[in-house]
Amino acid sequence: MTPPGTGRAATLAAAVRAGERSARQSVEDALTAAEAHNGELNVFLEVLADEARAQADAVDAAVAAGRDPGPLAGVPVALKDNLCTRGIPTTCGSRILDGWRPPYEATVVASLREAGAVVVGKTNMDEFAMGSSTENSAFGPTRNPLDTTKVPGGSSGGSAAAVAAGLAHLALGSDTGGSIRQPAALCGVVGMKPTYGRVSRYGLVAFASSLDQIGPFATTVEDAALLFDVLAGHDPMDSTSLPSAPEPTLPSLEEGAEGVRVGLCRSLVEGCAPDVAARVQQAADALSDAGAKVEEMSVPEFGYGLSAYYLIAPAEASSNLARYDGVRYGLRVGGDDVAAMNTATRTAGFGAEVKRRIMLGTYALSAGYYDAYYAQAQRVRTLVMRAFDRAYETVDVLLGATAPTTAFALGAKVNDPMAMYMNDVCTIPSNLSGHPAVSVPFGTGDDGLPVGVQVLAPALGEAMLFRVARVVEAHAPAGAPAAGGAA
Amino acid sequence: MSAPGPDPAAPVGREATHVTLSREDVVHVARLARLDLSDEEVELFTAQLRTVLDHAADVAALDLSHLEPSSHPIALDNVLRPDQPRPSLDRDEVLAAAPDVEDYRFRVPRIVGDAP
Repeated sequence: MTPPGTGRAATLAAAVRAGERSARQSVEDALTAAEAHNGELNVFLEVLADEARAQADAVDAAVAAGRDPGPLAGVPVALKDNLCTRGIPTTCGSRILDGWRPPYEATVVASLREAGAVVVGKTNMDEFAMGSSTENSAFGPTRNPLDTTKVPGGSSGGSAAAVAAGLAHLALGSDTGGSIRQPAALCGVVGMKPTYGRVSRYGLVAFASSLDQIGPFATTVEDAALLFDVLAGHDPMDSTSLPSAPEPTLPSLEEGAEGVRVGLCRSLVEGCAPDVAARVQQAADALSDAGAKVEEMSVPEFGYGLSAYYLIAPAEASSNLARYDGVRYGLRVGGDDVAAMNTATRTAGFGAEVKRRIMLGTYALSAGYYDAYYAQAQRVRTLVMRAFDRAYETVDVLLGATAPTTAFALGAKVNDPMAMYMNDVCTIPSNLSGHPAVSVPFGTGDDGLPVGVQVLAPALGEAMLFRVARVVEAHAPAGAPAAGGAA
Repeated sequence: MSAPGPDPAAPVGREATHVTLSREDVVHVARLARLDLSDEEVELFTAQLRTVLDHAADVAALDLSHLEPSSHPIALDNVLRPDQPRPSLDRDEVLAAAPDVEDYRFRVPRIVGDAP
């Protein structure tokens, strides 16, 4: 059982702010761990050793001068490589952006720096965040630190693995259909998708703009809440950013589950392996023991989410990825005229899964099929949103599985797109609705690998989400693999 | 096939889902998306995309005519800001990332001419 106040990031930041530990030392430890393990795991596409040392020294200098460097003082953080870092390569796991140095910084990166965090590296990912295993990276797959024959999940597999392997205390990922929560589940760490619009997407390279959201990875719920509170807020640079002031989630984190109404959602468990389903039931029982009112419910509309998502997301992607044309940045492959150059560039620069999604989206949007596929999928989106609204009339949060199975073998699903897409069946509904959800490690499956339990909340329900997640975490069965062991 | 690609007169709504994605559809869509596919890729993508679209048939078959489509999770309003000058991206930094530049402009191969 994890006692409160032991988040690795929270503890480190408190020690750095108090002058008891140096940011530089924490960064050196992270860099040493990266050096030792990155060759095997392929977590980082780029380790930012010089930048990290300089930033850590600035944090230590602030402490020495009596200034508060912020709530994440000296904490090593890993960034998914679809978050723009000014002057530092940002590849999105794609050949088409290999070597590109963004001329601007993502708002979340600026927020991290202002909070005193130290960015130690850019993490591997499925190309343009399209995938559930990090095998679709142009720079080779990331391996699961708990079993290197297994995938770490995806698309933010590098960020999840960085935290699980202890190469960073915290990490950022992006979640379009489960790309934070599913790898968090498979790597045994906490991963959370905030409400759509709560965290600025400025500087997140777009995949599916109505679904994308940036969120935290951490080893504990407390650390995830700490990082979320730093990221949340309005940003005038993102027109979909919510104007309301965010409510901090840390103050209510330890308020427990007494009287909280929890819906054990059968529709988010049914398709899962028995060992995963058993852990979800165990988490529901733990919440019940902690005083929550747990009721079983079914939301059959969630069953249509996967099909709708795999029309909507590719449709938006086909439009967003039209910008990779070889004109302004990234790869260019020559041709006799512009059209030939565009085609040669895209053909050479994109990998198979990205091409597949662009094709699917272009088809779903094309004349004669728009209404049957894209518009119909958008109506399903309305259906799912209304189903959530109905569920939240009687419960405060929903509980289900994050992923249908524990981590699967490298190569097992990479040639069967539909089998790969099924990984996202429990996470997609929250992307369609824009609601927050978090995956919390909860024991292991029959294979000894971690299981993630998912807590879902209505829009802007992050405080309640973390509060319930904290109770789930506190009752997680012993024997789960220790995350963050390497550093 | 003289006119590859989706028939613009294809029925919309639930009827259209009975159409099976053809090899010609894939070739046509690849051209629209500016992708050059090998014969093997066309074969593979035709089979794979059919599988995904077949899975979507359950959704396509639902009668949802009573529901409005949602393009977004939140109500989107136009967002305005005061029309005040502010710094833009650094020109040299932006141009430094371009594959080819001439006189502070992006240089590309010919756009018009006797190209097909």
